[in-house]
Amino acid sequence: MSTFTFDGGPVPFRPGQTVGAALVAAGRPAWRTTRVSGSPRGIFCGIGICFDCLVTVDGEPNQRACLVRAEPGQTVTTQEGTGHEHD
Amino acid sequence: MSTTDVLLIGAGPAGLACAATILAHSDLSVVVLDAGHGPGGQYWRQPAPAAGPNALVPGELADLHHDQTTFAELLQEVQRGRAEGRLELRSEQHVWSLVPVGDGYAAHTVDRAGGPSRTAGSTTRARAVLVATGAYDRALPFPGWDLPGVMTVGGLQALLKAGGVAAGRRVAIGGTGPFLLPVAAGLARRGSTVVGVYEANRPTLWLREARAVARNPAKLGEGAGYAGTLIRHRVPVRTGRMIVAAHGTDRVEAVTVARLDRAGRPVVGSEHRLAVDAVGVGWGFTPQLDLAVTLGVDRRPDVAGTEVVAVDDLQRTSRPGVYAAGEVCGVGGAALAVAEGTLAGAAIVADLGRGAAPESLVRQGRRSVDRLRGFADAILRAHPVPAGWADRLEPQTVVCRCEEVSYAAVRAAIDERGAGDARQVKQLTRTGMGWCQGRVCGYAAGLLTCGAPGPAVERLVSAPVPLGALADAAAGSDD
Amino acid sequence: MTRAVIVGAGIVGAACAEALTRHGVDVVVVDRNPVGSGTTSRGEGNILVSDKGPGAELALAQLSRRAWLEVGDLLGRERIELEEKGGVVVARTGAGLDSLHAFAEGQRAAGVTALDVADPLALEPHLAPDIPGAVHYPEDMQVQPVLAAAELLAAAVDRGATFRGGLDAHAAVTDSDGSVSGIRAASGEVLEADVVINAAGTWGGEVSERLGAPVPVLPRRGFILVTEPLPPLVRHKVYSADYVDNVGSSDAGLETSCVVEGTRRGTILIGASRERVGFDTSLSVTVVETLARQAVTIFPFLARVNLLRVYRGFRPYCPDHLPVIGPDPRAPGVIHACGHEGAGIGLAAGTARLVSDYVTGGLTATTAGEWAALLPDRFAGLNKEARQQA
Ligand SMILES: Cc1cc2nc3c(=O)[nH]c(=O)nc-3n(C[C@H](O)[C@H](O)[C@H](O)COP(=O)(O)OP(=O)(O)OC[C@H]3O[C@@H](n4cnc5c(N)ncnc54)[C@H](O)[C@@H]3O)c2cc1C
Ligand SMILES: Cc1cc2nc3c(=O)[nH]c(=O)nc-3n(C[C@H](O)[C@H](O)[C@H](O)COP(=O)(O)OP(=O)(O)OC[C@H]3O[C@@H](n4cnc5c(N)ncnc54)[C@H](O)[C@@H]3O)c2cc1C
Ligand code: FES
Repeated sequence: MSTFTFDGGPVPFRPGQTVGAALVAAGRPAWRTTRVSGSPRGIFCGIGICFDCLVTVDGEPNQRACLVRAEPGQTVTTQEGTGHEHD
Repeated sequence: MSTTDVLLIGAGPAGLACAATILAHSDLSVVVLDAGHGPGGQYWRQPAPAAGPNALVPGELADLHHDQTTFAELLQEVQRGRAEGRLELRSEQHVWSLVPVGDGYAAHTVDRAGGPSRTAGSTTRARAVLVATGAYDRALPFPGWDLPGVMTVGGLQALLKAGGVAAGRRVAIGGTGPFLLPVAAGLARRGSTVVGVYEANRPTLWLREARAVARNPAKLGEGAGYAGTLIRHRVPVRTGRMIVAAHGTDRVEAVTVARLDRAGRPVVGSEHRLAVDAVGVGWGFTPQLDLAVTLGVDRRPDVAGTEVVAVDDLQRTSRPGVYAAGEVCGVGGAALAVAEGTLAGAAIVADLGRGAAPESLVRQGRRSVDRLRGFADAILRAHPVPAGWADRLEPQTVVCRCEEVSYAAVRAAIDERGAGDARQVKQLTRTGMGWCQGRVCGYAAGLLTCGAPGPAVERLVSAPVPLGALADAAAGSDD
Repeated sequence: MTRAVIVGAGIVGAACAEALTRHGVDVVVVDRNPVGSGTTSRGEGNILVSDKGPGAELALAQLSRRAWLEVGDLLGRERIELEEKGGVVVARTGAGLDSLHAFAEGQRAAGVTALDVADPLALEPHLAPDIPGAVHYPEDMQVQPVLAAAELLAAAVDRGATFRGGLDAHAAVTDSDGSVSGIRAASGEVLEADVVINAAGTWGGEVSERLGAPVPVLPRRGFILVTEPLPPLVRHKVYSADYVDNVGSSDAGLETSCVVEGTRRGTILIGASRERVGFDTSLSVTVVETLARQAVTIFPFLARVNLLRVYRGFRPYCPDHLPVIGPDPRAPGVIHACGHEGAGIGLAAGTARLVSDYVTGGLTATTAGEWAALLPDRFAGLNKEARQQA
């Protein structure tokens, strides 16, 4: 099975899936915390409209997990606040 | 910059049908731009194309789909056009603005095909454009709707159709409209326990729509199919019920469902709580009008007061050279989108003077549009948002998910500062100023302020664009 | 008790209402739309002295700055997001730096605090490293315009003023001696008043004609870019020195010179273009791209930042680029307070001071002194010509 790295650990996926679908399939419903209250968020609309699913992919913050294709060896990391906090 | 005769924005049922019609009845060149991973739109959503032994292939998801034959026929036309060098289909291309240039139009696009670190800009010019940008789920806030695991029904469906993923083991579905059923059925097929489908409206409203139903027997068959699946999987479908709260700390763990009285208000004491690990909610769809509004084409209210693009009987908008088809002309589903796309194709071919679609095709298309539009209007009338949708909001319930604006803050803007529409609420509270630009909360803000969806919001930029990509474009145009 | 009708509930009308009610004037504010929904909701909230050369406008800006601080104390700075964040004007070339220094010299003579900055990166760490120099204006401030308009109006209402939304001021009620004694709404309703204040912003020209005292106010389109929310990476309002030249220009063509600033909620605003294209609402991609490029040149980190939103507005400008403030001799009872172009937010509090002095008798056309340059008299005979030119 193909995998990408999520916060240091492997997440399996099937090529053709998005990063978000793979995370949900792996039982992880959230991968971001919000700017104001630090609440966890994951997929809401599933089609790129709501921006709840923002995640950092290969160092690029604020990617929509529901749109980004999962690729072997990708590094996906949980995102806090604006996603630029450590720029 | 690339140039073509016709530019189609959106490769859903409407865009594909338009492309097929143009290819079959003219020698025009066509470019199709779509933000998704491939053709199909929402209805025929597919996994991203992938190779390898383990890759997800569309075939294994076929049981979640309908009208696959129509899709296959349309794709075949599109493939033929590609082979002949007349059609180019570009995926992962989000048009952020569509503007008039000379005697045509230019679509400025964010090109995401290169992956997250290689987002670029591109421009396509054409003499005629079709806006077939579809729709997105309509959500309404309720306590706990921001918990992970609570999604729109379309989101659940997208995970199923494009990823083969059922988002939960125990799922509650709520809201209103026929779309709740296929989503519940798909989840059940993929092994989820759907603890209930909670349809806010009662079937009695459909009694008034006998004519629309009688003219659309196929729709009944489709509904019966889902009903069969739901019965087989023992999924309870309850009408006159609403999910009034989701509970949990880091993710959703339970929902509270309440009965609605005749006036559409949750009945005190009728609540019951169910353990779930995922929730899907949907109150219909909002047409994706960003490009159309910015172009300034005329709009009209649909039977529920939502603005949609106004078109003539061949899908021409008020702007010469701009056509619209599918959900942007009023939410009505894939079959209507195909019929409208076909008509738009016929109009484009005729208006550019490069061919003619057969009279019979146009006549048949018009008849379908007429019949299906009638059914779509019936759905809108039979599935209104219940009057008491906001009764159970709590002061701390988040209304704007992006900027985390509470219901209390929105109420204060309305009650203390006299905000009379969604725009005022936005200016005073930032509701709708975040990443999603009000696409999620805008409908609720409209209902809370004036009890109606309000006019379509102007969004001059319809997708986020890296400033670097814009800067490069500016530098390029100087050369 | 003096009765005043204010036409327009933008930042200027709201500020006038607040100032007049402080002096016990009986105020009715009318607007055909909600409070602050006109140009006030379409701009940035810069309260600047830095972009103005010596003259009546700078003097008004200085008065206004003090008045805004008082308003802030009255309403609560937090509530209107009033911040004394200061401006930094950066030069992009050596020659640009020389003219910036010369401009600042003149401002200092007029009482502006303008500090030469040898090391711009010390003030703004994320600036492009090759910026040759800058001038720091600690007096520049920022406010959230719609919140400020709503709070100013609410303060006036608390003191007994009335707000009539959805009311279109259609015509003047004129006495036999030619003086104006009220307005007639489009509905036919009459609101009687001793003074009628034209605070209709970009529509001030239209309203002035309806009041029988035409002044030329024309639209000047501007676009603003708004980014995704970020941590505070830009501390001041940072703009390139060419802005200074653009403000006073009457060129019909497009001008862009970017102003970059952070907001309280993390977004960065990049403004603003100036074009004389009437009320053309279409999107100009060229403007958006040009502003983006200028912003990325000053702050390279912005290249990786997403643009989320673009909005546009139409600044109200008079042909000589000065606001028109004061009583109109052609229609006694009418006081203009419009045409503030790209500075109406900043100048609103000071404008309200002048208007309240004109209403309460502290100031007259003959005692206007340094404010005489803003009086409507200057348009005698100029109106037609200016409108044709537009
Ligand atoms: C999430 C979701 C799931 C749905 N699932 C079903 C279902 O399972 N069954 C069903 O009957 N109906 C479903 N629908 C309803 C759906 O709207 C219609 O069935 C049908 O797909 C409408 O066809 P269309 O061509 O009008 O639009 P769509 O199918 O929505 O196609 C529009 C296309 O335009 C693209 N697009 C939009 N804006 C831009 C832009 N600016 N630049 C480039 N491309 C753009 C989109 O990526 C999309 O591919 C769903 C709707 C949603 C929102
Ligand atoms: C892109 C851009 C950036 C800007 N940036 C800044 C900045 O940083 N700092 C700054 O100080 N200024 C800035 N400005 C300028 C500033 O926004 C304006 O000068 C200011 O808002 C004008 O305020 P106003 O109250 O005069 O007008 P408005 O806010 O337009 O109010 C006029 C009101 O009059 C009402 N009205 C009109 N006709 C009638 C009628 N017949 N009957 C009833 N009501 C009527 C309208 O509905 C409107 O609400 C900017 C402007 C733009 C476009
Ligand atoms: S889930 Fe809404 S944008 Fe990805």
